Amino acid sequence: MRDVAIVSFSQSRHVRRDQQRNEVEIVMPVVADAVEKSGLQRSEIGFTCSGSTDYLVGVPFSFVMALDGVGAWPPIDESHVEMDGAWALYEAWIRLQTGEIDSALVYAFGKSSQGDLPAIMSRQLEPYTTATLWPDAISIAALQARVLIEGGHTSERAMAEIAARDRANAKDNPNAQVTGDFEVDTLLAEPYLADPLRKHDCSPISDGAAAVVLVAGERARELTDRPAWIRGIDHRIDSINFGARDLTRSPSAALAAERAGAGVDKLDVAEIYAPFTHQSALLERELGIGNGTRINPSGGALAANPMMAAGLVRLGEAATAIHKGSADRALAHATSGPCLQQNLVCVLEGE
Amino acid sequence: MSEEASEEASKEASNTITEIIAPCRLDYTIAAGEAQRPFLRGLAGGKIMGQRCPRCSKVYMPPRGSCPTCAIPTQEEIEISDHGTITTFCIVNLQFYGQAVEVPYACCSILLDGSDLPFFHLVQEVAADQVRMGLRVKAVWAPEEERKPSVESVRYFKPSGEEDAPYDSYKEFVS
Repeated sequence: MRDVAIVSFSQSRHVRRDQQRNEVEIVMPVVADAVEKSGLQRSEIGFTCSGSTDYLVGVPFSFVMALDGVGAWPPIDESHVEMDGAWALYEAWIRLQTGEIDSALVYAFGKSSQGDLPAIMSRQLEPYTTATLWPDAISIAALQARVLIEGGHTSERAMAEIAARDRANAKDNPNAQVTGDFEVDTLLAEPYLADPLRKHDCSPISDGAAAVVLVAGERARELTDRPAWIRGIDHRIDSINFGARDLTRSPSAALAAERAGAGVDKLDVAEIYAPFTHQSALLERELGIGNGTRINPSGGALAANPMMAAGLVRLGEAATAIHKGSADRALAHATSGPCLQQNLVCVLEGE
Repeated sequence: MSEEASEEASKEASNTITEIIAPCRLDYTIAAGEAQRPFLRGLAGGKIMGQRCPRCSKVYMPPRGSCPTCAIPTQEEIEISDHGTITTFCIVNLQFYGQAVEVPYACCSILLDGSDLPFFHLVQEVAADQVRMGLRVKAVWAPEEERKPSVESVRYFKPSGEEDAPYDSYKEFVS
């Protein structure tokens, strides 16, 4: 395996609704910042890959317009995934493994505020028998939370504790949207949004963008004091038919963690993309996160959830912990699909 | 319905249903963005506004807030002429649902004077077989009281009567 590192990361300040800027205007400063921090010239970047979805803006091929913010002339080698930017990073990592290129820019963006997000998310469901019922994303997550509670895997109190933990962690994150100290009892006094989920159990609706630069081999050491080396990365998927799945488990997350080598050594930090509190507890179990690992020091998706970028943000936050020396070994996780259908795990190390 | 009858019905349905209609509607409220706001307001006021790149000096209309070549913000607002040149075109002969114009009509790529980005618009008041590359055209605006922050404020373009533009003057924009 070729050594590849995340050498730089940038993200926007995530907000509930950015009424001033379009996607290009949100992406441009983030990409410019990530490239500048990397120390590379734009002309040196061998490959550019983005993650976004047209469904958030309601415009086909919207990712092509976002390229205006990246600089695509003279023509660049470029690709796009209709997925979270974490999967764009995976594609870039594969390209780096081929040896055809030595560096890559990965970016992702989402203005989740422009439509009815829970309804938009229903469009990713199986199109004949499930999507036609228009089940919204929060109700589907509530089904999973109910199964977990009834099975004795979690409780409404344990879920509220996760919300309080992540919101408190986010106090140190200037880009987070929902931050602060919250009493669990106060949270539990709130009404249900979709029984058993309350507002604090759900990630916020966020507009934002993120970008990272990947560099292979010695060049990464020349550019950065402490590159965040990708020691393992893997992604797996469960059935689209969530009625046929055991929703108390996430076999795809467990398998991705195993294949990425998560359990072979101690993890200092884990950045987990759990859009709902009950999924955080489930993922900690499936990913094998134990005591001694700081979970979501950034606040995670419960503090800011720019769709299509929040997974890439987890990779960027984990890499930043390595860059700063606050972690030697970190796990980053990204998810997609209903009830954690698809999962990506990346293990990063300093040296 | 008895269990057997229901099973029978479901079997029959699975044999006969070959397609389903699944209506889908999603509504969006889009923020035009910092670059498009003056552009759209300009159209409501009968002006076409673009933006100039501070590095390569190219002028973009409609503006997206960045120069796609230099990848830097474009901020300088430029008023652009409503006269331009057809760089390329397509004659539409097919009738389709929701069509607003009678066929045949010309959908043209028009390079406005002072802009470095051709854009698509209708060209009317000219026979389809007279539409050509290099034809000079000018905007036909909606009456003042009907103008709004939309490209529909320009109803269409029509020949301006000027001499055709030489190919060299727009060949950079023919792709």
